Amino acid sequence: MPAPTTLSYLVVAALLFAIGAFGVMARRNPLIMFMCIELMLNAVNLSFVALARELTDIGGQSIVFFVLVVAAAEVVVGLGIIVSVMRNRSSLTADDLAELKG
Amino acid sequence: MQLIVFVVASAMMLVGAVGVVTRRNPVHAALSLVLTLFGVAVHFVSLEAYFLAAVQVIVYAGAIVVLFLFVIMLLGVDKAEDLRTEPLVAQRWLAGVAALGMLGLLVVAAARGADVLRTRSEGLDTALEGAFGDANIQQLARSAFGDYVVAFELTSVLLVVAVVGTVMLARKRTAAAEA
Repeated sequence: MPAPTTLSYLVVAALLFAIGAFGVMARRNPLIMFMCIELMLNAVNLSFVALARELTDIGGQSIVFFVLVVAAAEVVVGLGIIVSVMRNRSSLTADDLAELKG
Repeated sequence: MQLIVFVVASAMMLVGAVGVVTRRNPVHAALSLVLTLFGVAVHFVSLEAYFLAAVQVIVYAGAIVVLFLFVIMLLGVDKAEDLRTEPLVAQRWLAGVAALGMLGLLVVAAARGADVLRTRSEGLDTALEGAFGDANIQQLARSAFGDYVVAFELTSVLLVVAVVGTVMLARKRTAAAEA
């Protein structure tokens, strides 16, 4: 049985990225939109690691490490904003963020 | 064997991703996200990135998803929302068309780049061959703390900024603090 090629990993990552992008564009719950952003980040990480092995370059794995850290920081700040905006609301949609205009 | 692992992990990943987008209850979406993250971790193992697979499970599935679940419970939005009404006219259609277009572009770009990739990897010297396998963690440490040490220090600054900013954002303002 043949081993999967790098191209097949890239195609799967593209599928994951497209699903995440659809979620960001179509859903209106900011929490779900955040999860979809995580999906897109994971798709990029997967393609980085696949290319790191294809090119035998460990730098591709280092950058995934940094992406993980930045993703964690992004989630912390984003959820902090969501909590402070949505604390006194019953429903949760992205339109409520219009009041960030101040 | 590798092909079976690839197919199963991809199926986990894509089923989880579709679950995140289509579940009406945010708690179910977060649990689908865990499935996706485990699928990606399995891919990392089969790509011989063992350290990143462990970090993926610990940081993503262990920390980030738990944070999501905490916020869902804190805000009390753990009830199903009605997805049948379309908020904006044709939003979903346009989103679907845009996502399919993006998928097509990415796949075409990857397929056209495959030849370039092959010639490029043949030209490389294979001194780094040992970077994959048992020596993975040592090589990764040498890269992250050696070549990219400035980026590493900057991420620590970023984390401090994020933590301080979040504490400022999320704390309740009391009269005593204002005075």
